[in-house]
Amino acid sequence: MKKRLVVMLSTILLIGSGLAVDNAAARKKALQVKGSDTIVHMATEWAEIFMQENKDADIAVTGGGSGTGIAALLNGTADIATASRRIKDKEMGLAKKKGLDIKEHTVARDGIAVIINPKNPVSELSREQLKKIYVGAYTNWKKVGGPDKKIVLTGRNTASGTYAFFNQKVCEKEDYSQKMMNLVSNSAIVQVITQDKWAIGYVGLGYLAKNKNKIKGLKVEGVAPSQETVVDDSYVINRPLFFYTVGKPQGRTKQYLDLILSETGQQVVTQAGFVAIK
Amino acid sequence: MIFPGPVKDKLIKYCFLGAASTSILIVLLIFGFLGKEAVPFLREPGLGKLLDSRWVPVSFVQERFGLLPLVTGSLVVTMLATLIAIPFGVCGAIYIAEIAGSWEREIFKPFIELLAGIPSVVIGFFGLIVLGPIVKEVFGLSSGLTALTGALLLALMSIPTIITISEDAIKSVPRSYKEASLAMGATRMQTIIKVIVPAALSGIIAAVMLGMGRVIGETMAVLMCTGNAPMVTLSPVEPVYTMTAVIASEMGEVAFGSEHYRALFWVGLVLLFATFIINYIAQKVLHTYQQR
Repeated sequence: MKKRLVVMLSTILLIGSGLAVDNAAARKKALQVKGSDTIVHMATEWAEIFMQENKDADIAVTGGGSGTGIAALLNGTADIATASRRIKDKEMGLAKKKGLDIKEHTVARDGIAVIINPKNPVSELSREQLKKIYVGAYTNWKKVGGPDKKIVLTGRNTASGTYAFFNQKVCEKEDYSQKMMNLVSNSAIVQVITQDKWAIGYVGLGYLAKNKNKIKGLKVEGVAPSQETVVDDSYVINRPLFFYTVGKPQGRTKQYLDLILSETGQQVVTQAGFVAIK
Repeated sequence: MIFPGPVKDKLIKYCFLGAASTSILIVLLIFGFLGKEAVPFLREPGLGKLLDSRWVPVSFVQERFGLLPLVTGSLVVTMLATLIAIPFGVCGAIYIAEIAGSWEREIFKPFIELLAGIPSVVIGFFGLIVLGPIVKEVFGLSSGLTALTGALLLALMSIPTIITISEDAIKSVPRSYKEASLAMGATRMQTIIKVIVPAALSGIIAAVMLGMGRVIGETMAVLMCTGNAPMVTLSPVEPVYTMTAVIASEMGEVAFGSEHYRALFWVGLVLLFATFIINYIAQKVLHTYQQR
């Protein structure tokens, strides 16, 4: 028993240390992209395309959150910080103190469509009404001008970046109603909305386009969700997704950014369910 | 062979011993691992947080890690599923063991085995697309994703377990009991209900308990079909969030070492403890009936 344990443990340790060494080696020369978990999948996809086109290039993409990314950029441990929010004044001040010239690049936008069943006559909600529905103050459609039916509230699970984004932007940081169903994917929400006439949910804009005949996107503050209204910022439930660099991007960083803003790069954005900016 | 006989014998013995004790080792390792990840929660933010009445692990106001909604969620689904599965499982087992002819048995058995082998994600999919809307229509609900939908699916999954083990128990009732009863002039049904089932009761209860064990730990089907709303309710027609669903849904993206992460390990510990209790009761019941 003892021997077996020793063998087992040493194998684990060996593999573990091997991985650690490998990571350290990779970190030295690779372009470090760090930050938002919302962006991490897209950034990885871009990196893969980039490395296919440039065989000698090496890009390491990691998540951890927007704040982590920006902190790493200021510390010099990342070359690019990705963020799903604008850099804070405090962080900007810190950069100034260090003599760093931070440049902002919008790489994509994130728009969230509020969706209902096409048979539901409601077609428009104000931001205030939407908030009241999601924090649980309104539980009946008649409160917002619909029929006398109970609202079936659906949303994402906490693993989704959209959960926090919607919580912040629509509920203004108040907790969601405990009656909100925590569904595990955008498609699960679409599925529920399709089946339940009086359900409401939210999905990435990409999903609305894909399921146009099954679900209805609500107008918010009088503006319908679409690529155009998200890009011009008239549809309120949206946010830009940023890349931050120190100084004007050069070399590999510039090439990587160019790829992202190219047609191929923006296709990745659409495929990931976000909104392309071009 | 380079080893002399006795040494070889010993070697083989240890090999078998090692294989047998692997499961003990793994259980202990899992307990240790769960405990290790869960314990820091006691210091920061403290055990009291788990007694909260709400589960709001991501919040801009205040993160709350009350296990109550999750425990009631699992409780409702498990109890309901067991209640639904018992009549089907036990009656099915009685029929197959006592009444069915051998050709009937040959039809039933493969189908029951097939039912046992259906992956839970497929059952979940079936629940989401087919059963959910049916439940919604039949009970006139606003949504089909409820505790009841999940319970029906779980009952479906535990029925094969209950049938197979109950059938064994019924079949192991000595032939002489049955013959004596029939000889006394009892009808076949009287014999089954008054003699055979009571004699096999310990096995049947064990079967139900094992079915329950499968139900409480089942994840995929409940994750897909119970709606996952973390509210405290014992109503079968409301959406519920079970302990297994919480772990599956939230573990994937939780920040390593955060309070949320530790809280999820507490959910795991509670779940493990619940299964432990169920097993313990099953053993106790079995023991009592065997002594009688």
